[in-house]
Formats: sequence, C-alpha cells, structure tokens
Amino acid sequence: MSSLDQLFVNLSGWLLSFFPAGARPWADIALKIGVLVAIAPAIMMYLTWIERKIIARMQNRFGPDRVGIYGLLQPISDGLKMLIKEDIVPRGADRLLHLAAPILSVVPAILLFAVLPFGRNMIPADLNVGLLYFFAVSSIGSYAIFMGGWASRSKFSILGAMRSVAQIISYEVPAILSVVAVIMVAGTLSTVGIVEAQAERWFFFTPWGVVGGLIFFLSGIAEVNRTPFDMPEAESELVAGFHTEYSGMKFALWYMAEFLESFAVCAFTVTFFLGGWHAPAVPFWTLALLLAVIVGAGTRLAIPVRGAGVLGMLGAAALWGAQPIPSWIWFFAKTYVLIFVLVWLRGTFPRLRIDQLMGLAWKFLLPLGLINILAAGLWAWFPFPVGTAASALALIVSAWLLVRINNPAPLQPRTYVFAD
Amino acid sequence: MELKTSISPTIETQQLEVNLGPQHPSTHGVFRMIATLDGERIVKLKPVMGYLHRNHEQIGERATYIASFPFTDRLDYFCAMSNNFGLALAIEKLGGIQASERGEYLRVIMAELTRLVNHTAVIGFLLNDMGAFGTPLLYAFREREKILDLFEAASGSRMMCNYVRPGGVREDVPEGWLERAREIVNAFPRFLDEFEALLTENEIVQQRCQHVGVLSKELAMNASITGPMLRASGVNYDIRKVDGYSIYPRFTFKIPLGTVGDVYDRYYVRILEMRESVNILQQALKEIPDSSASPAISPKGLALVKAPRTFRPPRGEAYGRIEAPKGELGFYLVSDGSSQPYRYHVRAPSFINLTVLEDMCLGYKVADVIIILGSIDIVMGEVDR
Repeated sequence: MSSLDQLFVNLSGWLLSFFPAGARPWADIALKIGVLVAIAPAIMMYLTWIERKIIARMQNRFGPDRVGIYGLLQPISDGLKMLIKEDIVPRGADRLLHLAAPILSVVPAILLFAVLPFGRNMIPADLNVGLLYFFAVSSIGSYAIFMGGWASRSKFSILGAMRSVAQIISYEVPAILSVVAVIMVAGTLSTVGIVEAQAERWFFFTPWGVVGGLIFFLSGIAEVNRTPFDMPEAESELVAGFHTEYSGMKFALWYMAEFLESFAVCAFTVTFFLGGWHAPAVPFWTLALLLAVIVGAGTRLAIPVRGAGVLGMLGAAALWGAQPIPSWIWFFAKTYVLIFVLVWLRGTFPRLRIDQLMGLAWKFLLPLGLINILAAGLWAWFPFPVGTAASALALIVSAWLLVRINNPAPLQPRTYVFAD
Repeated sequence: MELKTSISPTIETQQLEVNLGPQHPSTHGVFRMIATLDGERIVKLKPVMGYLHRNHEQIGERATYIASFPFTDRLDYFCAMSNNFGLALAIEKLGGIQASERGEYLRVIMAELTRLVNHTAVIGFLLNDMGAFGTPLLYAFREREKILDLFEAASGSRMMCNYVRPGGVREDVPEGWLERAREIVNAFPRFLDEFEALLTENEIVQQRCQHVGVLSKELAMNASITGPMLRASGVNYDIRKVDGYSIYPRFTFKIPLGTVGDVYDRYYVRILEMRESVNILQQALKEIPDSSASPAISPKGLALVKAPRTFRPPRGEAYGRIEAPKGELGFYLVSDGSSQPYRYHVRAPSFINLTVLEDMCLGYKVADVIIILGSIDIVMGEVDR
C-alpha cells in the first residue's frame, strides 16, 4: 500500500490521535460527517460548472468565463446570488411543507455518500446492508418532490410532482433488479464487499454486468430527473415542474439535491459495476508502453512529435510502475467519466414523453432486469466459456425478443412527394 | 368532445384546468392556452390571443403607403424581408407599378433567404420544445447568423430590415454582397445534411413526432391552412406556383408534400423546402442582372419612395399575397384616392394556422401540445398584430 493511496486514511488517523481514547469513536464520526458535509456543496457547485462548460462546448459557446479564470468562480457567485435572493412563497401555499421539502430532498442526497467507498479503506460507514441503505435512502427523495409540488399550490408543480413520483417508483424496480445480479455474484450487501469482489474482473466486463450496468445507469438517470428523462421538471412543458414556485436558497437546495444525486448515481454505478476504486486489471504502465509503441509507429506524425510522445509515455510508464495511481483517483476519474456521459446525454437528446418513459421502464427494462438475474446465475454456475456464452446468448435473445414484442409497428421511413 | 377516462370508474377523478401561458417558456411569446387535462391528456384546449395586439392595421390606415413598411417588419419579426415583399406587391398592384429587373431578383433572393432563416429557427425551437437542451437551436442559429449578416450588409439591420419597396428594393446591395451570398448559400446544404444526420433518424425525435398532432387533408383545406403545414398534410398548394408572382415562374423548383400530416411531416417538409430554397437561390444568384443593366428600383417606384404623399392610387382595391415562410401572407388594401389606404388588412398565416390547434391537440398529452404548437410555427407579433 503506497502512502499516497492511504493519504486520507492516515491523515484522519493522525487527527484522531489528538483525542483521548474514549472520545475517538465519536470524534471519528464527527470528522466523517464534517468532511461529507463540506465536500457535498463543493462537488455540487463544480458539477454545475462542469456541466455548463461541457454543454457550452457542445453548442459552440464558451460557457461561463467572466468570473475568475475559466469562470471557475462562477459557482460561488451563483451561490451568493441565490443566498441574497428574495424567498417567495405563493399565497395559499403550505409554508411549513414548502420549507421542509427542499431540506428533505438534500439530506438523503448527502446521506447517500455514507456508504460510498471513495477509495481503499476510505468509506464513511461500512454497513453490512450498504446496498439496501442506498436504495432506502435514495427513494426518500420522491417524498420530498411530492411534498414540494403539493405545498406550492401550483398546477404545474402538482403535475411535475405526480410525474416524478410515478417515474421514480417505476424506475426503482429495474434498478433494484439489476443490482440483484451483483448481490448474487458478490455474495454480500456491503458496498466494500462488492468492490472487493471486483478486484480481478470488473462486473461490467461480464455479459450480465454490461446489461445490468446499463439498466442501473439509465434507471439512475431517470430517478434523478435528468435528460432524456427529465419529465418532472420539463422546462418546455411544465415551466420548472415541482420547483416552479421556489426561489432563492430553497431553489438552490433543490438544485443541490439533484446534482448530488446525479453524482451519487454515477458513483454507485462505478461501485457496483465498474470496479469501484480498483484500477483496471492490466497494470497501467503496460498501457503506457503500448501507447508509446503506437505513437512511435505512427508514420503520419512528424518525427519530433513521435519522439516527444514516446518519451512522455515512457516517463508515464516509469512513473506508474514505481507509484501506482491511488485508488481514490481511480474512483473519481471513473465517476467523472460517467458524469461526462450524463452531460453528454443532456446536450444531445430531446425528452421522452411520459407514456414512452413508463413503457421503457415496465415493458423493457423490468423484464430485461429479470432475465439478467438468470443470466448472472448461468454465468456463475457454469465454468468460464460455457457460462459466459450461455448468459450472453440469453441476454441477446431476450433483448431482441423484447424489442420485437414491444414494437409491433416499427417506425417506418416516410416518403415525400415532390410536386411541380 | 367526450373522452373516456382511462382510470377505473370507481375512483372519482377530476379534470384539471391549466393555464399554459401567457407567461410560459414555450408558447413562443405571450400566447395562452387554457387546457383542461384528464391526467396528462388534453380534453379541451382554448387558445387566447391578443396580448400583443398593437393596432397594426389601424396604424396602417393612418399612415402613407410607404410608412407602413417599417411596421410590417414587426409582424413576423423572423421574416421581415418577406413581410415587406407582400406589402410591396399589394401597393404595386394598386398603383400599377412595374418592378425593375434587378429589384425583382433581389427581392426573391431576400425572400428565400428569409425562408432559410425562418425554417432553421423553427426547427431549432421545435427541438427545444421537445426538450433538447438548446443544442439544435444553437446549431440552427449559427447558420442563421450568417444570413442575418447578409441582411445587415444589405439593409443596415439584422432583423427589422425595412428593405423591399414597391418597384424594387430600397437600395442596391453593396459590392461583393452577391459573392458572399453565393458562398453562404452553397455551404448551406452541408449544414442541412449535418442537421438531418442528427435529427431525422433520431429515435426519440421519431417517437415523439410521428403520428402526433395529425392534421387531415380535409380539415387543413377547410380551415384555410397554408404554408408548410398544409403541404405536410399532402395538399399541393404553394403560392409561388399558383400565383407565379414576381419572377418565380423563371425558376425550376419542386414543392415537397407530406403524407400523414403529423409533426414529423411538418418538420421534414420544412427541411425539404429549405433544400428547394437553396435551389432557387442558386439560380437567382446566377441569373441576376448587373446593376449597370438594371437599377435596383424602377423609376416609378423611386418616385413613390422619394415623395410618398404624392402617391395617390386610383380608387379601388388590391390584394397582394406571397408565400411567406409560414404560409400565405396577404395584404389587402382599399384606396379611396387619397395618399393613405382607406382599409389596410393583413392576412396573417400564423393566426389562421393557429385556428386548428384544438383539433390537433385533443386526446394527446401535455407534452404533445407543446410540440404541436411548435410545429405550427407561430410568431405572436403576427398572430396579434
């Protein structure tokens, strides 16, 4: 274990050594809570910055670039603006619930981080039912959304809230089914145990893992109301859905909950399917050496470029050979790749309609999730080539069948007449 | 219209009346729809207009014929050039003015460029209504900006152009303008290909648009719908062909027609129309006579522009109409022999196309209403006048 890998663990141990032995467990808890509560707003703020920058690039724009270098202070300026904005509560609204709803939505979003293994030995609370805890806590958010929509006394809010509840409840089913396969193979409900079970092979590199991971990620996007599943806050239809009537800091809290949950969805997809904090099974320096060979062989590049590229890659290989990349960097790197995918989807796709969205959950993802459990069983029961082939076959056939059954009238290409 | 509720009859349900607008992100201005919902389904929809009424026609009767031109810019503020063109045609008919050759070409070029501007923007907004986070819109606006630069070079203004006049255009285009226009027009099909590659085959776009908001051929004709909306329903009616006004008969172009009449057809007919517009533009930019051979405005038109009060057309009426990007844009003028029109009326395509909104929306979901409205292509400045 390199010192860099255990940097934060050692740091917290050093800090705790200042406390008397009796107070240490309590100090430990307080420290972890403090770190989470401090990190969560920072993650949220810079997620907004990342999202705005990436989407701006996709749309031929610059994005925020006025406040600070590359607009890096923009989130802070936005936060300040939100703080000093007037808080408007509609007449006839239930003031208490109107206030409680955004808080109830942020708290579970932060609580989710408690069972997230950020790196080797870096988990705030290693519960033996971590996975159940994740699903239990993440579903509290739908109560908050419905409370907020109801308390606003606005028709748009109510419509948004009803959509949201229907959507979150529907998508929880395929999400849980996709993770059942993980529980079966890993044999534990603890998130740390699940990550450790992927030391040799990430679950994503199995047939059932690909399907399960995609189902889980898609359901997660739907649960956090992101495009193309952003029905509850469909801007062009429902103004802003359940948070139409919110302003100022309460609005910021809704946003914070949404972004933290997006982060959590990406992070848990990484944990359950993409190997958590594990590096790829191939040592990274071999990858760098391979790249060096490729760059060196690239005949279309200029000689100096090739030389520099090869030297750089060799240096990287030596660096990574001597000092492996810390586990927490792996975790965050994978999570941010998924977040990029999330933003990419948002910049690309239009929104589905509510009935199409429900159809996707109940007619396609749910049966596929059930078959995925069978596929995982086949994969685990039979030895390597047979099991993998059987499980891949089961998934491909059933996915094809589901598409055929659900799509009795496929979209036909149109013909257009050209009249004179 | 009675619609069966989808929920079991033992549960008592209520219908919800929602005001979509006048302050709403996707009603394209201050338009209001009073929608009665059963769950998510529309059972009744009442459009309310008039929030942007500003007495356009009355103002036209209190001003000289020429003084109305800047006001027509504000009708459909995406298509100022073609609005000017319509009024110019009506005045020419009334006063018996012949347009100069170069003027005719310039007007047609401007009108077709306007069609490109309008259709790109409409498709961008339609996708925005569908929930795409602005990306198609900004792609469309990138192209639109280039054409607006052309307008600015010719008329001095990007959107409120005030450029076309009876007898031709206000001023000849600056030097090098035609080359720039050729470059932009020739590059346009590439943009359309890219745009189509992203949208036409997109599964979500197809699922959202196909068989949504179907407008039957009969209803479209009975409600006197015009423009791409009518042609998407499969009716071959394009005023450029039917009337053959200006110099359109000289160009070869086709009229794309849809088959189903749904939102998808309205989207795709517009794409095809843009391709045909590029076709017309390329021909016009090739054949346009040199400014030494023909002035940009005919002498009679110039006299009228220089001294608007002296223009007293004989008693009578004239109806000038063009195929504006949104449909048939007509200007009806009645002259009592004075220098001001006795009656000035605008037949606004947005307004008349909007009349079938409820028939198209009934039975669909809230989300569909928004894209159906987007596919009609309205501009409130023209609806309310």
